[in-house]
Amino acid sequence: MLSFFAKPRIRGGVHAEERKAATANLPIVTDFPLPKKLYIPLQQHVGKPAEPLIRVGDKVLKGQLLAYSQGMISAPVHAPSSGSIIDVNDYPAPHPSALPIRTIVLETDGNDEWVTTPNITDPFQLSPEDISLRVGAAGIVGLGGATFPTAVKLNMGRDNHVDTLIINGAECEPYLSCDDRQMQERADQIIDGVRLMLHSMVAHSAVVAIEDNKPLAFLAMQTAANPFPAIKVIQIPTRYPMGWDRQLIRYVTGKEVPIGCRSSEIGVTIHNVSTAYAVHKAIRLGQPLVSRVVTVSGGAVARPLNIEVPLGTLISDLFVFCSVNPSHIARIVMGGPMMGDSLPHTHLPTVKATSGILALTQSELKNTEEQPCIRCASCVSVCPAGLRPLDMANNIRMNQLDVAVDIGLKDCISCGCCSYICPSNIPLVQYFKYASGEVAARQQAQHKSEQTKRLIDARNARMERIAQQQAAEEQARLAAKAEREQRQAEQEVTT
Amino acid sequence: MITHLKPSSGAHIGTPVTVGHIMGQVMLALTPATAFGLYVFGWPALNLFVITVLSALFFEAVCLKLAGRIAKPVLMDGSAVLTGWLLAMTLPPWAPWWIGVVGSGIAMILGKQVYGGLGQNLFNPAMLARVALLISFPIEMTTWANVSPLFFSDSPSISDSWRITFAGLTNIDAVTGATTLGFIKTEFSQNHLLPDILKDYSEILNFIGWTRGSLGETSTLFLALGGIWLIRQGIIQWHIPVSLLLTVAVLSGIFHTVDSQHYASPLLHLNSGAMMCVAFFIATDYVTSPNTPAGQLVFGAGCGLLIFVIRTWGAYPEGSGFAILLMNSATPLIDYYIRPRIYGRDRKGKPIEINKS
Ligand code: SF4
Ligand code: SF4
Repeated sequence: MLSFFAKPRIRGGVHAEERKAATANLPIVTDFPLPKKLYIPLQQHVGKPAEPLIRVGDKVLKGQLLAYSQGMISAPVHAPSSGSIIDVNDYPAPHPSALPIRTIVLETDGNDEWVTTPNITDPFQLSPEDISLRVGAAGIVGLGGATFPTAVKLNMGRDNHVDTLIINGAECEPYLSCDDRQMQERADQIIDGVRLMLHSMVAHSAVVAIEDNKPLAFLAMQTAANPFPAIKVIQIPTRYPMGWDRQLIRYVTGKEVPIGCRSSEIGVTIHNVSTAYAVHKAIRLGQPLVSRVVTVSGGAVARPLNIEVPLGTLISDLFVFCSVNPSHIARIVMGGPMMGDSLPHTHLPTVKATSGILALTQSELKNTEEQPCIRCASCVSVCPAGLRPLDMANNIRMNQLDVAVDIGLKDCISCGCCSYICPSNIPLVQYFKYASGEVAARQQAQHKSEQTKRLIDARNARMERIAQQQAAEEQARLAAKAEREQRQAEQEVTT
Repeated sequence: MITHLKPSSGAHIGTPVTVGHIMGQVMLALTPATAFGLYVFGWPALNLFVITVLSALFFEAVCLKLAGRIAKPVLMDGSAVLTGWLLAMTLPPWAPWWIGVVGSGIAMILGKQVYGGLGQNLFNPAMLARVALLISFPIEMTTWANVSPLFFSDSPSISDSWRITFAGLTNIDAVTGATTLGFIKTEFSQNHLLPDILKDYSEILNFIGWTRGSLGETSTLFLALGGIWLIRQGIIQWHIPVSLLLTVAVLSGIFHTVDSQHYASPLLHLNSGAMMCVAFFIATDYVTSPNTPAGQLVFGAGCGLLIFVIRTWGAYPEGSGFAILLMNSATPLIDYYIRPRIYGRDRKGKPIEINKS
């Protein structure tokens, strides 16, 4: 009875049609033919871009450091295969705008030859700090899509004495099944990665949370975790966005992360299963992050698959391999269909954040014919963040961005639930992203104009001071002159 | 400014539920009660129904034309038909044709389009029209036809029905009477007491709707079934109907227990098609009701309270429309004060405190 009145553990969310079956039952393809050229952006993570330390013409081996991490929050980039560097220049980024970013182009030599990797016998003899260092040096970032540098998170966890490590195996986005497959095929390695993370954070218990639509992954992970009492594998309800870290944290621990805080401040850290696998590879085998598993799916894909590809592989190469029919494509999406961004073309590289590439047909897409809002409040009830999308959208439409911010625009996580459910096909998330960008731009502009105003004020003050000084000097001069003249006159009188 | 942005961010997929679908489901839920009403009151009722719905479409189209918009896609969303439909259901079944036309005109023009169309209106258009009609034409709006089902020998034939609808009733006293609530009201004024007044009242006939009343509002059974089905379909939420009906039940229960001679029992209040129609189909109108569950509970309770007050002491026993309009005007206020709590913040919008335990 009491639990009935307790805070609900899941809020909002939608039950989207999963469409995972096409890829979830096929093993991960690991013999993807090595592309001739790889395009490796220098920023594939949250934070500062990496700084290249190779030159055009250099020969590199697979796993060799290409660009080092710059600053506190950043991640290095490594060569995904062996070959020679043929360009370091601006190339379009995998982003809706496809704006160019600095990219290293590597021409592969076909040998796929590794650099010599160090041999570690027992990583649990390493100090926790050492593990974070190695994870950082391997260029590992959150592979669920957040791409926050993993080492930074491990350090924060250790500094805040985190007690629970949550491993996110929810994979709640429709279509995607790369985590599901990895958990089925690489459970032992993932659990090993989890143990290494625990060691690095000096934490004692981990919870692997898997949505209950992946029973095989759950079984595999449970078996793998069996010898380690510190690691618990649990099933969670299937509901998007279960994999939103804050939703998952509340579901697993009952705690809510305050706005503006990191989860480690309430004693929880959350990592993705693929990240755990990457940690395993980095620590046990000394291999940096140079490849990832990508789900290629969607109605226009004749051979939907999970493929392990070298980072920097062009999406067009992936599409050829998966026999995508270009004439059926209505939209190309990087990531899942709920939160992913659409891409303008396929001449873009896969990066660390690429969990999936979808080639969707018109019939799979949400209708874009916008109708007036009927205030059905569906968007309010599905919003996991507790916002009122319809009011925010209204304010944005009327250009009252401040009001939109006041009622929660900045707390929107762009999960897409509101757009998904809206019967009037209002692109709500689109509005919110536009408004957030606009607010940021305005703040910047205001900052700038304030600065300009300060400079002008300072200049005016200076000029005024100079003028005053000049006036004072002039007066003094005049006074002196008058005095002189008076004295002269007095002298004349006396003489 | 933003309208031409091609959606580049999610969600790229969506539910198949569209506005047209929602309106269609509501109409489907109304169909049994409407069909039953049309059967019970015969051809004149059908005339009025068709006239009201068609004129709703007509006025919507005219407004859209005047506003320079293309009418067809908007008409196709079904909202105009639904408004006309709901209005027709609340009209006296044998009302003359112009009641339907004027009502639809008020609903579509003053109730909806002057605010800017679908989703912008403050008041429920059908209720606004009904209340305006009730005040302006009290005689026509309180002339309740006797039950006179289709194909019964005493019932009007098709040709009779044309006369009733377009020329008006001639033998009013013979074919009309009062609704239960109206009857109670007039009898009270002659100092009769409830048990006496309700001698002829039949629970079961009221339950299925074999009684005098508005065109589609007689059948408790069919309206409640339609409403419950809508909740099961996820088109409406349970909060408003439940809190509304509960409030009426509790209030009438209290008064009935205290003085059963003057206050009708909860059963009599709830066993009414009009009550069901308001609770499930009128008060739950998306546009004019609050958009959080808590707000909806408050709204429903407010409607229930006002309905009880108006029915019990007001001048218009069938005046639940007033209650709805009053609560409609409170909706923006309710939505302003009752908001969902944002994740990671307390009710006031401050970040929640970390309790180290
Ligand atoms: S879901 Fe769409 S139509 Fe419904 S209230 Fe939200 S914005 Fe309006
Ligand atoms: S995108 Fe933002 S407003 Fe929409 S449901 Fe998600 S958090 Fe709420």
